[in-house]
Amino acid sequence: MSLLQLQGLSKQFGDTKIIRDVNLEIQPGEKHAIIGPNGAGKSTLFHLISGRYHVSSGSILFKGTPIHNRSPFEITRLGLARSFQVTNIFPLLSVFENVRCALLWSMGYRYSFWQLLGKAQALNDRTEALLDEIGLHARRNLPAGELAYAEQRALELGIAIASGAEMILLDEPVAGMSHTEATNAVALIRKVTAGKTLIMVEHDMNIVFDMADRISVLVYGEIIASDIPSKIRGNPRVQEAYLGEVVPGGSDA
Amino acid sequence: MFKFAVWIIFAIVIVLLPQFFTSLLSVSILNQMAIAIVFALSYNMLLGQGGMLSFGHAVYFGLGGFMAVHALLGIEDGDYFFSVTLIPLVGGLFGLLAALFIGSFSTHKAGTVFAMISLGVGELIAASSLILVSFFGGEAGVSGDRTYGPTFFGYDFAQDIQVYYLAAAWMFIATLAMYLFTQTPAGRMANAVRDNPERAEFIGYSARRVRLISFVMSGFFAGIAGGLFAVNYEILTEQNLNAVTSGNVLLMAYIGGLGFFIGPIIGAVVLTLMNSVLSHYTTLWMLYLGIMFVLTVMFLPNGLTGFLMMHRTPWHLGKIRLLIKPYIVTSIPGAVFALSLVAMVEMAHSSEAEFVFLGASFNSSGIVSWGVLIAIALGSFIALRRSLPALREAWAQANAIDSGEQK
Ligand SMILES: Nc1ncnc2c1ncn2[C@@H]1O[C@H](COP(=O)(O)OP(=O)(O)OP(=O)(O)O)[C@@H](O)[C@H]1O
Ligand SMILES: [Mg+2]
Repeated sequence: MSLLQLQGLSKQFGDTKIIRDVNLEIQPGEKHAIIGPNGAGKSTLFHLISGRYHVSSGSILFKGTPIHNRSPFEITRLGLARSFQVTNIFPLLSVFENVRCALLWSMGYRYSFWQLLGKAQALNDRTEALLDEIGLHARRNLPAGELAYAEQRALELGIAIASGAEMILLDEPVAGMSHTEATNAVALIRKVTAGKTLIMVEHDMNIVFDMADRISVLVYGEIIASDIPSKIRGNPRVQEAYLGEVVPGGSDA
Repeated sequence: MFKFAVWIIFAIVIVLLPQFFTSLLSVSILNQMAIAIVFALSYNMLLGQGGMLSFGHAVYFGLGGFMAVHALLGIEDGDYFFSVTLIPLVGGLFGLLAALFIGSFSTHKAGTVFAMISLGVGELIAASSLILVSFFGGEAGVSGDRTYGPTFFGYDFAQDIQVYYLAAAWMFIATLAMYLFTQTPAGRMANAVRDNPERAEFIGYSARRVRLISFVMSGFFAGIAGGLFAVNYEILTEQNLNAVTSGNVLLMAYIGGLGFFIGPIIGAVVLTLMNSVLSHYTTLWMLYLGIMFVLTVMFLPNGLTGFLMMHRTPWHLGKIRLLIKPYIVTSIPGAVFALSLVAMVEMAHSSEAEFVFLGASFNSSGIVSWGVLIAIALGSFIALRRSLPALREAWAQANAIDSGEQK
């Protein structure tokens, strides 16, 4: 059974249709990339899946359960985590606290006001380990809002992957990073999503064609093609609508 | 452990304070401080830690206090039999219940919506307190007597100093509990929701539930403060839950510094002192308090604590002494300027022909008196302005890592 199913999904703001009748199935363990020109509705699609927006019509099933129009926190608790295209962190909290807060729910702390975090050894160890992984250990005590841009992106990613969710949505995780930073981030994404299901919006075609098992092309709110990378590359509609400029021959991320 | 030592020192200080301040007046001020500290800390659970700006926090203080007075009356009538030492808990539980009820609809959103609801609820409760005479006692309020019930190790709380130890013990426990709350998952998530409620929902937390927990906790501790007030003053009136009291606690937390746990403690101590001392000398003390608040908002957004904390860098660099002289040079004309303004305000306000200020005698309607004061104000203002560049320079130097090369 598919892990995620989008059925006849539509979203409109006023009279403007942003997402038009999208149908998509994601299998467990799949690495799926969504590409498309600016303003195609890729982020909007993520907002619908993750509960930030209500849907106008259609349905979204995660593990067979309808999740459309549920609150983000309910969807997150089911095991669906996400990152944001526009950095969305806790600016006054330290980098350490940002990551630790992102771990809390998944480690069963819920709304506890009787447990002291200083004594939560397993939690603190995992926070430190994750800080190491995202390369922010040296910055752990700085307020997150004072990090440099690329560091904030790394933290954004760290918060999304912290809970170890089954399905992870990443919205342009490496946009704005330097080549080296992007390479590191991609390696990290690969590592932490091993065995998990990933949907990623990304403009860098090298990364997309290298990482994705399948690619969907979204243009004006419609999925015009959804297939394995080699077929997408050869698809004339995709060529015409979007890929005209960049179709990498080989793969080096 | 360093943190542990801080709490021990805190406990020793509050136990020893009455040894140094023995007069009736100082004990009564100490009692007020203990109450104000609990109240201001509970307020900061909302504003500083949870990002909820409340204009009606006196509601929980007052309701807790009224319930506590009724409990005192119940003890007096023999309806209940428990020690007066537990009265603050009665206030706390009632504050908690009230916060649970009101928070269930007011914590949907932070920001303006929350602020407006808190204002509305505050007005509503204050207005109904004058109408529901059986519980609130109308204009006269409700009074009780704290000396009934079983004594507590020989204490019957007839004297203020005994009340001080009761209030100080509760203050210590409440402060510790509120501090520990900040170290729990719910306390940390309160900060996270304050910073970014949306992202909090994407890491599994309902922003609303997180706010509600802080709100209820805050109501509980405000109620404890109200209960302490009931024990200390043995009377509650409409004043204890109206907007003035709500505004006062906001001032304390803000002037002390919202961003630090000890901020509201400092604010409560300073403002309680100012209230008692200033109100002794002048009827215009509310005016000065207001001015102080405006100046804090403008120049010290992190409050008095923030101002003190600004000196951490110079302190660690061992350069704090660079600041001593410029501080003195600036603060002398600054103080003269402020005092000359105060003198003018007081003189304009004074109804008597002869006006005495700091030992100097002025003629309230005389041109000469006004002339002298204006001259002093102008002169000190100019001196103040002139001293500022040197202060800025010294500040930059005291914060520079490499004093020798970097310039
Ligand atoms: N809340 C909103 N109200 C109205 N219009 C919106 C809203 N959110 C998005 N849109 C519009 O929907 C369209 C798609 O936006 P979206 O952010 O989903 O595009 P995208 O594919 O992620 O683009 P990019 O590659 O630039 O990130 C845009 O035209 C945008 O203006
Ligand atoms: Mg986008």
